Amino acid sequence: MGVAIAAAPAPSLGLSAPRSPWALAAPLGLAYAAFFVAPLLMLIAVSFYADERMTRFGLEQWQRFLFDAFHWKVIADTLLLGLKAVAATVVLGFPLALVYRAASPAWQRVLLFIVVMPLLTSVVVRTFAWIVILGREGVVNQLVLGLGLAAEPLRLLQTELGLVISLTQIEMPLLLLPLLSVMSRIDPNLMDASASLGASPWRTLFRVILPLAAPGLAAGCLLVFASATTAFISQSVIGGGRLVYLPAMIWQQAMVAAHWPFAATIAIALLLSVSAVLAVIAHAGRVAGGRVHG
Amino acid sequence: MLFRPTSPAPTAQASLRGHTLDVLGLGVRYGAFTALDDVDLSVRAGEVLALLGPSGCGKTTLLRTVAGFVRQNAGRVLIDGTAIDDLPPNRRRVGIVFQNYALFPHMSVAENVAYGLKARGEAKPRIAARVAELLEMVQLGPMRDRRPAQLSGGQQQRVALARALAIEPSILLLDEPFAALDRSLRLDMQIEIKRLQRQLGLTAILVTHDQDEAMSVADRIAVMRRGRIEQLGTPVELYDRPRTLFVAGFIGTTNRLPCLMEGAAEGMAAIRLPDGTALRVPAEAPPPPGPALLTVRPEQLVLRDEGAPGAFPVELGLALPLGGQVIREARLPDGTTLRLTEPRLGPIRDLGARAFCALAPGARPALFPNPLSEED
Repeated sequence: MGVAIAAAPAPSLGLSAPRSPWALAAPLGLAYAAFFVAPLLMLIAVSFYADERMTRFGLEQWQRFLFDAFHWKVIADTLLLGLKAVAATVVLGFPLALVYRAASPAWQRVLLFIVVMPLLTSVVVRTFAWIVILGREGVVNQLVLGLGLAAEPLRLLQTELGLVISLTQIEMPLLLLPLLSVMSRIDPNLMDASASLGASPWRTLFRVILPLAAPGLAAGCLLVFASATTAFISQSVIGGGRLVYLPAMIWQQAMVAAHWPFAATIAIALLLSVSAVLAVIAHAGRVAGGRVHG
Repeated sequence: MLFRPTSPAPTAQASLRGHTLDVLGLGVRYGAFTALDDVDLSVRAGEVLALLGPSGCGKTTLLRTVAGFVRQNAGRVLIDGTAIDDLPPNRRRVGIVFQNYALFPHMSVAENVAYGLKARGEAKPRIAARVAELLEMVQLGPMRDRRPAQLSGGQQQRVALARALAIEPSILLLDEPFAALDRSLRLDMQIEIKRLQRQLGLTAILVTHDQDEAMSVADRIAVMRRGRIEQLGTPVELYDRPRTLFVAGFIGTTNRLPCLMEGAAEGMAAIRLPDGTALRVPAEAPPPPGPALLTVRPEQLVLRDEGAPGAFPVELGLALPLGGQVIREARLPDGTTLRLTEPRLGPIRDLGARAFCALAPGARPALFPNPLSEED
C-alpha cells in the first residue's frame, strides 16, 4: 500500500501517527472545559455571594441552607425518592434480565427493542401519559373501581407513590441497558455447572448470577438514581407543587425568586448529596464484582 | 448419613465404585428436528464410554439429557437401575466437565472445588479437608487461591475435574474436555483422566468428535449419527468389523473400492473390481449381488512386483517414509486413489512405477452395498 501511494503528498492532518491519544480527545476536552468545568466553577463562585444582587462575598447562603431543617428534609426526600426508584426498577427489572438471559437470540432482540422503545419517546410525553393513566378518571382507577377493590378513586397524582410508579417506567431502560449487556455475557454453562454440582436455582441465582451481574446492576442503579433525583419534569408534573424536591427548589430560586446565589447553593448541595450516594453504589458494585473483573 | 462406621471412613475410591447407567428408548426432538431417535445404551460400572460422531449427531444432546439439562420426549434414563427422569439436575449427582470448563470466574480454585460440597451443606472442616485432598489429587495444591483466569488451560481443566469429583458423582460426564487444549497437553490430560478414572473406579461418558481421543481413552465407543447409535463396541471391534460404511469411514483411515458383488458362499464373497480382477473376501453378512463397496484399511493392502491371482495393477504415487513404515499412495486404472502402509524393508519404489496391489494374507476388509443412491 505504501508503494502505491508513495507519490501522494503525506497526510497533512497528522492522523497517521498521533503523538499521543490525548490529542484525539482534545476537542471534547476543550468543549467540556468550556461548557462544563467553567460553568461549574462559576456556580461554586456564585454560591459564595452573600446577597442576591451579588455585590459581596460571604457564607450567608450556605448558612441559610444548612441551618434550616426544611432544607435537610428536602435533601432526604430527594435522595429517598431516588432510592425508591432504584429499588422499584431493580425489583421489576432484574427478573426481566433473568428472562432475557435465558431467552433465544431472536427473543432477546424483541425484548431489547421493547426495553429501548421508551427512550424513543420524549420524557415530557411519557410523563403526561402517566397523568392520563394515574388520574382520577385514569386507567388505574377505572380498573380498581371496576373490580370493586376500592369505593373511591385512589389518589395517585401528586403523591410520591404515583411519582415512583412513573419514574420506575421512565427510568427502567437506564437500569436494563447495562444490566442486560452484562447478563448476556454470562456463560450459560455456569448455570448448568452450578446445578450439576447440586445447587438449587436460588443458590445459583445468589452465588453465581448475582455476583457476575453486579457490575451491570451497579451501573444501572447509578444511572437510575442520578436520573430520578434530578428528574425535574416528572417531579413537578406528577408530584405537583406539594412535593418539594431539590430540582424544583433550584428552579424556584433561580427563575421565580431570581436569587442566583441561593439557587447555586442548592444546586451544589444536590450535586454533592447525589454524588455521595452514587459513590456508595459504585463502591458496592466494585466490592461484589471486583473479584471477577479486578 | 446418620450411621457412621467406626472403622476408617470409606475412601473416595470405594464410594465411587460401581455405578451403571442405562438409557432406554431415549428420544429428544427440537421442533421438527430429531436430536435423539430411540437410543438404547448401557454403560457398565467403571467403564469409560465414548460418544463419537460428527457435530449434530446427538452426542451432546444425549449427555445433556443424562445430566438433566434437556428433558426427553420419550424414553428413560436409569442410574443403578433407578429412573432419574423426574429429578432436576441438582439432585442427580452427575458430575460434568464442560468443554470450556465453566469454572466460576469470581471464585478461587478452592472455592470452585468447594462449591458442590457447600451446596450439599457439608460441615466446614469436612469441606476444607476434602478440597485439600482433591487439589492434591489433581496436583493443584499451590494454586488454591488463584482465580481461574490466572490458570493455564490444563490447570483449568484439572480444577473442573476436581470440582466435578468433589460431589462424588455416580457418573462423570466429559463434554469434549480436551478440545480446547493444544495437542501435546491433550495427551497428558487424556492419560491423567484415564488414570484418575481407573484409580477411582469411575463410570464415565466422554463426548468427542475426535476418533483418536475416543480410541485412546474409552473402553467402548458408541458411534453416533443422525440421533442414533450406529455401532457400539470396543475400539478394536469398531476398527476391525465396522457394521456400516459410516463407521468404516469415521474410525481410522479407509480406502473405498467400488466393485461388483457376484455371489457369496460359506462366509466368503466373490467380487469383481472394475478392471476385471476377481477377489474372494471373507464376509459375515454379504450384501446382495450388485454394485458394492469394499473398504480396506491401509495396512490390509500389500504391493507386489509381479501379477498374481487377486492382484490388481496400480500406478504408484507419493511415498511418505515414516521411519519404519511407508505411507504410499497408489492409483487404480479407473482413477480411484488408494492409501496403503507397508513396512520399509527394501528400497522405496519409485513414484510413477507400475506395481500390483493385493489384499494382505488374512486381511478382513469390509463389504457394503454401494450406497450411491442413498448416500448423503
